[in-house]
Formats: sequence, C-alpha cells, structure tokens
Amino acid sequence: MAIRVQQQAFDYGAECNAFAQIVQDAGAIVTFAGIVRDEGATLSEMEIEHYPGMTERALAAIEAEARDRWQLSDTLIIHRHGLLAPGETIMMVATAARHRADAFAAAEFLMDYLKSRAPFWKKETTTSGSTGWVAARDADESALKRW
Amino acid sequence: MKLRLMYFAWLRERIGAPREDFETQAETVAALVEELRAREERYALAFSDMAAIRVALDQELASFDAPLRGVREVAFFPPMTGG
Repeated sequence: MAIRVQQQAFDYGAECNAFAQIVQDAGAIVTFAGIVRDEGATLSEMEIEHYPGMTERALAAIEAEARDRWQLSDTLIIHRHGLLAPGETIMMVATAARHRADAFAAAEFLMDYLKSRAPFWKKETTTSGSTGWVAARDADESALKRW
Repeated sequence: MKLRLMYFAWLRERIGAPREDFETQAETVAALVEELRAREERYALAFSDMAAIRVALDQELASFDAPLRGVREVAFFPPMTGG
C-alpha cells in the first residue's frame, strides 16, 4: 500500500507497471486515472489546493476502510496538487486482489470517497482569464450512499 | 483558548488569509462561527451560507455542533472536489 500526495507529474503507465511488479498473491489489478478535462477547449489551467496533513490522513483512512471491506493484496493512491494543464493526469488509484470483483469494487469505493472526503479543491482558469472554483456535485455525495 | 484557524479555497480568498491564530471562549464550532461573523464584514460574507461550508477539527471532519474543548486546529472549507 502506498499513498502519495505530490506536486510533480507522474508517469501513469510506469506507475501501473511498477505496481503490477510488486503485488503478490494477486490475480487481478484495476487502475484508474483522473485527467484534467478541457470541455470545449476553454480551460487554460487547473489549480488543485489541498490541506497538507489532513489530506494524507483522510486518504489513509479511506484506504484502510477499503482493506476492511475487500480482500486486497495491495493498493496505490497518487494525487497531485498545484497547477495542472488540460490533459494532465491529476491522480490515480490501483487495486490488486486475488479476484477481479474485489479489485473493481475497491477501486470504485476509493474513487467515490476520494472525491468527497479527501480535502482537495479545484480552481479553473479559462482561456479568457476568468477563474472559478469547481463546485461539488450532488451526485458525488450521493455516490457514497451505495457503500 | 487559542485556536489555529485555517481556511481553504474560496473561504481563504474571501477572508484573505490561509490561517490565523484566534483567542476564543467559544464552546462549539457554531459559536465560533458566530463570533467570527461579528468580527468583520469579510467573515460575515465568508460564513453567510453554512450549507456550503465544511469543518474539520484537528484534521478530522466534524459537525457544527461539535465541542471545541481540547481542539487546536479548526479548518473551514467548501465541499471537497478531489479525484
């Protein structure tokens, strides 16, 4: 298990391969990456603010909860902060389990909780220079109820 | 007691500071918010819609009626948008 909160970019493919190399007793790996979406080519940049200290604690608690619920061989969470350009990878999760059902479910659970319970906030700047904080969606909050 | 207050995202922008130390006798988060609102217009504006604000006590999410006794760090922020 590893949790990394970092400013610098990471290589999603390399991280996936490295994760696949080190997991033991696993028959299934699920990986997910979140990308800076540029709807209508109007986004100039995205800034991700976070709460150092609480971020790591919240991610560790979410990860521990996933391990309680499913039989997992290993997990990886990487989340960036700071300035990102459209198309850049914001974050990733990877889960490894003996069977794919646990790996899929745990990856979805990690993503649902990470969206609404890890202290990150996104601010977008458009190509015309206007800025705005991304609002949390009701759907993200209600997604937690299924677990 | 002396609290370390922290603000994030648009709350930080409206208040104009990421953190401050604050001396208070408030017993709950709600009482602390009332005290802050009465302080200055920028706080009143920042805390005008509490449905849009979350609070963490010593880096754990909490409710507005949570007691402040023994708490050192209080963080206010909008709903989180990770992922």
